[in-house]
Amino acid sequence: MSFDATGIGKASKWAAIGASSPPGRWGERLIHLVLLACAFVSILTTVGIVLVLVVEAGQFFREVSIVGFLTATKWTPLFRPQHFGILPLFCGTMLVSIGAILVALPIGLGSAIYLSEYASNPAREVVKPILEILAGIPSVVFGFLALVLVSPMIRSVFPSANVFNAASASIVVGFMILPMIVSLSEDVLRSVPLSLREAAYALGATKLDVTVKVVLPAAISGIVASFLLAISRAIGETMAVALAAGASPKLTLNPLESIQTMTAYIVQVSQGDTPAGSIEYRTIFAVGLALFVVTMTLNILAQWFVSRMREKYE
Amino acid sequence: MSLTETDSYRRRKAFMSQAFAGLCLLTTVFCVLVLVLLLASIFYHGFPYLTKSFLTNYPSRFPAKAGILPAMVSSMWLIGLTALFSVPIGVGAAVYLEEYARASRWRSLVQLNIANLAGVPSIVYGILGLGLFVRAMMLERSVLAGALTLTLVVLPIVILAAQEALRAVPDSIRGASYALGATRWQTIWHQVLPASLPGIMTGVILAISRALGEAAPLVAIGAATFMNFVPRSVSDEFSALPVQIFDWASRPQAEFRDVAAAGIIVLLTMLVVMNASAVYVRYRYGQRIRW
Repeated sequence: MSFDATGIGKASKWAAIGASSPPGRWGERLIHLVLLACAFVSILTTVGIVLVLVVEAGQFFREVSIVGFLTATKWTPLFRPQHFGILPLFCGTMLVSIGAILVALPIGLGSAIYLSEYASNPAREVVKPILEILAGIPSVVFGFLALVLVSPMIRSVFPSANVFNAASASIVVGFMILPMIVSLSEDVLRSVPLSLREAAYALGATKLDVTVKVVLPAAISGIVASFLLAISRAIGETMAVALAAGASPKLTLNPLESIQTMTAYIVQVSQGDTPAGSIEYRTIFAVGLALFVVTMTLNILAQWFVSRMREKYE
Repeated sequence: MSLTETDSYRRRKAFMSQAFAGLCLLTTVFCVLVLVLLLASIFYHGFPYLTKSFLTNYPSRFPAKAGILPAMVSSMWLIGLTALFSVPIGVGAAVYLEEYARASRWRSLVQLNIANLAGVPSIVYGILGLGLFVRAMMLERSVLAGALTLTLVVLPIVILAAQEALRAVPDSIRGASYALGATRWQTIWHQVLPASLPGIMTGVILAISRALGEAAPLVAIGAATFMNFVPRSVSDEFSALPVQIFDWASRPQAEFRDVAAAGIIVLLTMLVVMNASAVYVRYRYGQRIRW
């Protein structure tokens, strides 16, 4: 699996040639239009996402003020008295995501450095497919493992921990985003020109010096991009956290407690029978909008870092 | 600094360098071990429940009688329809971007948009599907609404993979075709697409395996978790393997968690078969064409 963060390649040079099909060939023009329509579907998808979220969330914000939504500290839309403050959900999401990054970043960066700087070709041939397998395991499977494997382990060390806790969700989400960090970071480490490494060796540096003081700083914007994309993935991660982290939105920094994330809340409401048009139903669009804005901001920021890296070495 | 000091300094540096290499190797080995542990745990829990009747039964209140048939049939419907929708649109969009669109602001806008869509959380697609397909288009909670939602989820993956495959076809092939008087579409249809087919197929299979494992968007549009029938048309209600697994895993009884593990084995087996076929396609047909 490749993670081309921007996907902006160069247009084929033949794209410019034959742009004016012979006038008699209406079939050629029709095909051109059909293909254009296919590409347009992707634009329509984005427009659709924004429209659906903004329209339904707009209805929600007629009844709840935006400021209250963003600053109130209680989230109890499903029972009375209703409170609509997204902070507990946001806090839960960040608790899980930051925990996941703490798990994934050291391991992921270590593996990426190993694969890019140390590994022999046969070792790479073994490790890369294994990471691809890890990347292909569905989210719900990680949720299951959090419940039956990770949570009991945590509870045997910290008996006070809840069955559903943020830590077990963090750990499995960490392993879910790990392949992404390895793959992206390894790519940027490899794209650091060999001449930089050779210059450092010529000055008498050890391999450790070369890796830590030359290669890593040179690749830093790419690594930051992989970090941002990974945290965006962790924030959007749904089934694993819905199973493992619990369903009790609260403002806490204790990873042993049961919490609720924005995504898990959407799942919880979807599973129940909330009638369309009610304020409870509209909360999922408001939460969805918040989720969309946060992940989109991180993705765009990551793309900016990637393009900086490209400008430097390509 | 005396000679012995620089010597010990060098030795310490060399040791640190070795230790760092060892540490990096250790993290990599750790990744591998974790994968083994995960799979072992799933098989340990799920194997006792993986019987023939598990594959042919309907969901039940009793763990011993619970079966996965409706979820399996639903998943087949979903990935079949998703492939049917996403392949023509995805490959069409890729052909447009690679072969037709000139380097322009419009092209980079579309390209940036696709890259962004690939990063949108799948649950957000579920909310889109709920608002657009289930409510606005009044498809209700049908197989069709599920498949259309999954199509939007995997479309960016199909487009990016197909673009990469098209880009790998050398321009000399296109040039030769144009030189023989072929039109643009003749060139694409008879030369470029056949040459890039293995790459496109691999990307499509990976995208469909993603669709097979996706639960969040289906839960958001209202997939069922207790079905006593199998869907027979696109307007029927549906479930899905990962949705059924989610339901079982979230129940409090320990037995149902083991049933969930059995479901996971079925899901992973299907994923392995699909990925193996992707590797086979890449290996078998990728070799036939050499530039």
